[in-house]
Amino acid sequence: MGFENFGTVSFTTEAKAADFITYLEQGKVMATRCPKCGVSYFPPKADCPSCLSGEVEWFEIKGKGKLATYTIVNYGPSGFENDAPYILALGEFEGGIQIMARLSKDIASSDIEAGMSLVVVPLKRPEGRISYEFKKG
Amino acid sequence: MADVAIVGAGQTVFSRSCGVSIRELAFDAFQEALEGLDITTSDIDASIICSAPEYDKQRSPAGLISEYLELTPKPSFYVETVCSSSSTGLRVAWSLVKSGLHKVVAVIGFQKMSELSSRDAAERMGRGADIIWESPFGLTMPAGYAMYARAHMDKYGTTEEHLAKVRVKNSHYGATNPKANYRKELSLEDILKSDMITTPLKKFDCCANADGASCVIVARGDVAKGISEKPIWVMGLGAATDTMTMAGRKQLTGLQCAQEAARQAYKMAGVKPQDIDVAEVHDCFTVSEILAYEDLGFAKPGEGAGLIEDKETYADGKIPVNVDGGLLSKGHPIGATGGSQIRTIVRQLRGQATEAQVKGAEIGLVHNIGGIGQYGNVTILRR
Ligand SMILES: CC(C)(COP(=O)(O)OP(=O)(O)OC[C@H]1O[C@@H](n2cnc3c(N)ncnc32)[C@H](O)[C@@H]1OP(=O)(O)O)[C@@H](O)C(=O)NCCC(=O)NCCS
Ligand SMILES: [Zn+2]
Repeated sequence: MGFENFGTVSFTTEAKAADFITYLEQGKVMATRCPKCGVSYFPPKADCPSCLSGEVEWFEIKGKGKLATYTIVNYGPSGFENDAPYILALGEFEGGIQIMARLSKDIASSDIEAGMSLVVVPLKRPEGRISYEFKKG
Repeated sequence: MADVAIVGAGQTVFSRSCGVSIRELAFDAFQEALEGLDITTSDIDASIICSAPEYDKQRSPAGLISEYLELTPKPSFYVETVCSSSSTGLRVAWSLVKSGLHKVVAVIGFQKMSELSSRDAAERMGRGADIIWESPFGLTMPAGYAMYARAHMDKYGTTEEHLAKVRVKNSHYGATNPKANYRKELSLEDILKSDMITTPLKKFDCCANADGASCVIVARGDVAKGISEKPIWVMGLGAATDTMTMAGRKQLTGLQCAQEAARQAYKMAGVKPQDIDVAEVHDCFTVSEILAYEDLGFAKPGEGAGLIEDKETYADGKIPVNVDGGLLSKGHPIGATGGSQIRTIVRQLRGQATEAQVKGAEIGLVHNIGGIGQYGNVTILRR
């Protein structure tokens, strides 16, 4: 399985990094790390351009992050109109990992504040689609 | 003296819907660029065609435009960095001339966006992000810049009024630019009450999609003096690329691609921010102009809002910016925009601006950004 059911609209399927989706189905949001040089990657890379190794290992992004910035999108592009309004956000996690995802619908917009504590969790969407989102940490 | 010059610069009117084909659009810009020059089409040694793909159906537009303008059999090829394509084209043209390979090179940028609805165009632009990892969330160009805006407001206290004041200024100058699509002055209130697109950016904080073309003719110094009465010299070129993903960004209150491109351009030109007499910056959104003030060193980090508040970027201010109305007034036909910015600075330095002419302008700067800060080009020109 690849990225065909990822997000609201997916634009491609195959990738070496598609194990990400298998882990996501199992309830885990993962990043990769190069065992040789220790660099970690999110979005996950299946290769390490730092030391040119093709061997990376997966690890789960656990723990709490912080909301760095966000926007409430009212104007959805074609294919996303029915999702709007949705909130895009950047969260900072341990080890210099930054993630872009949507904020969960159960966070009231009046509660949103820079620096608020977040966790990143898988999100099952209708029609077998899957994604990840931020919830309050 | 620098030995690569711009000898001609032209553009079409930027409009919501041009009603002609892309080759005919390109012709109009080409014609204006050659006006008053002592050369003909056959003196052009190569052409660089610049646009972003997928707005119209034509594949490989370089060959098509080259045939229509009778630039064959000279080499022609395509250059793309989305919204900054035509200033990347200038960089390539400079290298071709500087290397001695060619004497005269044409850089032609175009985009016909009216073949798509605004929502379809937003979907195309959304695919100008990482299509595996970020486009599936519904990331758009305005949303990406809105996240920078939010971060800037949170860290430095920049307000929605500050953002709106950028459009007030640019609409003021756009009103006098015959090439601009929007020629109406907008009040602070008009802007603040326009529809929210993606917080905190409202409709009038955004540039509009448009059709248009631009053309810049670049020549070797000795040739330039023979064919043009007022060659404009390329003093500095800077270019940088940041991550495709928002996740990869190290700074959310400024564009690092612009900061790095500016550093290179100032160094190459041997000038400082305070030496710039007039600038064109990539105001695809109001916030982008405030980020540009800081990234270019016109203001310290966090103090960009103060510059617009104090009207220092008006034509009679400390550093006039976008006194042709900017992308916000002209419209933003992706591949044509960089060439249009260059044209404005060329006309300012020649003392030929029909809009607000900055008196005695000697050194000008062009800041042209591709995508949500993926690609940054800064160019410094001198008369
Ligand atoms: C802001 C935006 C979403 C508005 O789209 P929209 O509401 O669908 O607008 P439409 O295209 O349907 O146009 C409706 C009307 O609004 C006007 N309009 C659209 N965008 C405008 C803008 N940014 N400023 C002023 N007027 C605008 C149009 O001229 C049109 O008016 P008319 O009917 O009198 O001709 C759209 O302009 C946009 O996506 N802008 C950003 C483009 C972009 O991201 N470029 C790349 C930047 S890096
Ligand atoms: Zn490695």
